[in-house]
Amino acid sequence: MIIQVQSPGMFTTVQDLGRFGYGPIGVSPSGAADPVALRIGNLLVGNAEHDAALEMTLLGGTFVFPDGGLIALAGSDFSSPISMWTAHQLQPGASLKLGPTRGGARCYLCVHGGISVKRLLGSASTHILTGLGGFEGRPLRKGDFLTIGESRPSHPRAIAPEILEKLKPRKILRATVGPQTEWFAKESVRTFFSAPYVVTEESNRMGLRLEGPALDTPHGGQMTSEGVSLGAIQIPAGGKPIILFVEQQTTGGYPKIANIISADLPSVGQLRPRDEVRFEFVTPEAARAAIREQESLIQSVIL
Amino acid sequence: MTTFRYASDQSLLVYLGENIDLETHRRVLKLLRLLEAEPIPGVRNLHPAYNSILIVFDPLDQEHGNIEHTVATYLERLDTVQLAEPRVVEIPVIYDGPDLADVARFHSMTTDRVIEIHSRAIYTVYFVGFVPGFAYLGGLPKELATPRLESPRKRVPKGSVAIGGAHTGVYPFDTPGGWRLIGKTPLEIFDPESRELSKLSIGDQVRFRPQ
Repeated sequence: MIIQVQSPGMFTTVQDLGRFGYGPIGVSPSGAADPVALRIGNLLVGNAEHDAALEMTLLGGTFVFPDGGLIALAGSDFSSPISMWTAHQLQPGASLKLGPTRGGARCYLCVHGGISVKRLLGSASTHILTGLGGFEGRPLRKGDFLTIGESRPSHPRAIAPEILEKLKPRKILRATVGPQTEWFAKESVRTFFSAPYVVTEESNRMGLRLEGPALDTPHGGQMTSEGVSLGAIQIPAGGKPIILFVEQQTTGGYPKIANIISADLPSVGQLRPRDEVRFEFVTPEAARAAIREQESLIQSVIL
Repeated sequence: MTTFRYASDQSLLVYLGENIDLETHRRVLKLLRLLEAEPIPGVRNLHPAYNSILIVFDPLDQEHGNIEHTVATYLERLDTVQLAEPRVVEIPVIYDGPDLADVARFHSMTTDRVIEIHSRAIYTVYFVGFVPGFAYLGGLPKELATPRLESPRKRVPKGSVAIGGAHTGVYPFDTPGGWRLIGKTPLEIFDPESRELSKLSIGDQVRFRPQ
């Protein structure tokens, strides 16, 4: 079974939950920008949570299913003609035409069987900068043919609206201290956690550059390079924050003022250029409670 | 000498020294080898650097205190770790980079002299990071240390051999970069089809061979 790409949308790649364990050779995990949406989308069509799907950005594509297929759309609504967050059985020859987003930055097209591509280092995820993984290591183009994986005995599921509501992307992102928070003047930390910031056009899967009050950078924004975490907020010379995201560099030499909590990283994947975002300071304990709560909501879909 | 620092709700930094030197590098390498040989359950990734290792874990499975406690027991055994004799990797270089003449002029020497000094030294891979396969090399002779470009290039071609400050390295992919390009290598530095993936690994020794 296949999917024919009639139009790819703005930037559509094959993603799963990423490849882990290759930090020592400089390879970041990549994977879905909104893994909560990907996991639920997969569950809706009876896949394993980590199966590969199509990640669309801001503008969706048009896809033809010559052999039909069981599909679900998860994440933001890209002018979808069918209901989001629900499994739909498409008839052979059906086409699905998506358009501009009505909400956040990313929409996932999940199909029963998953998107079948050659796995690289244990993952189907596309790593754009290096052209590794995914479908030929690149965003999809008009005329591409994608293979749908083998059908497996499975249990398509539904998700309750009240659970979706609780998993909704946040515009106020919770963050803990980062490794260099104490290097910054108290005033800078206060500014960072109270001022509104705007996501700039220079934002992608590697990182999101923010516009807003410039922060004083300790030591001129330079330090000995060290490993950097997903969701780290680094402040380079110039003082404008950068959020390190899924296709992040593995090491870096700018001080980090804070780090977005794991439970709110999927929300980062739904931020569009020009969106306003704020940061709320939380303790490590609150961060741990938040990820446990999010996980139990996702698990409730499986039960 | 060793300190721990909270990096995020799913990661912890271990600092094994304060300086960029071979002694600190060996401590980083020894701890990395222990963490690889005896993986801590729930740990998903390791990011070694000059004087630190970032330990990334599943926040549903592990917590900082636990990781710190286990790493502390590994640290007690650090001196017992026998590091393998380093591999020596030869990198063929065509020294014809667009900045070679500028580097020579900066140091008031001939381009031949730059090539001679650069290719005579033996370098150590302190770590691989930033992008896949990018090796941070220690051991650039002081007389070749050259400031970075004032404004970085938007695109440095893959395979470029460059000097930036007190460091030298090879760009494995087309990326932006501010280092001065002195040559290029035809060698595939990061090859996903090869078994070793990255031609250069932490702890390797490197020689540049003029072509």
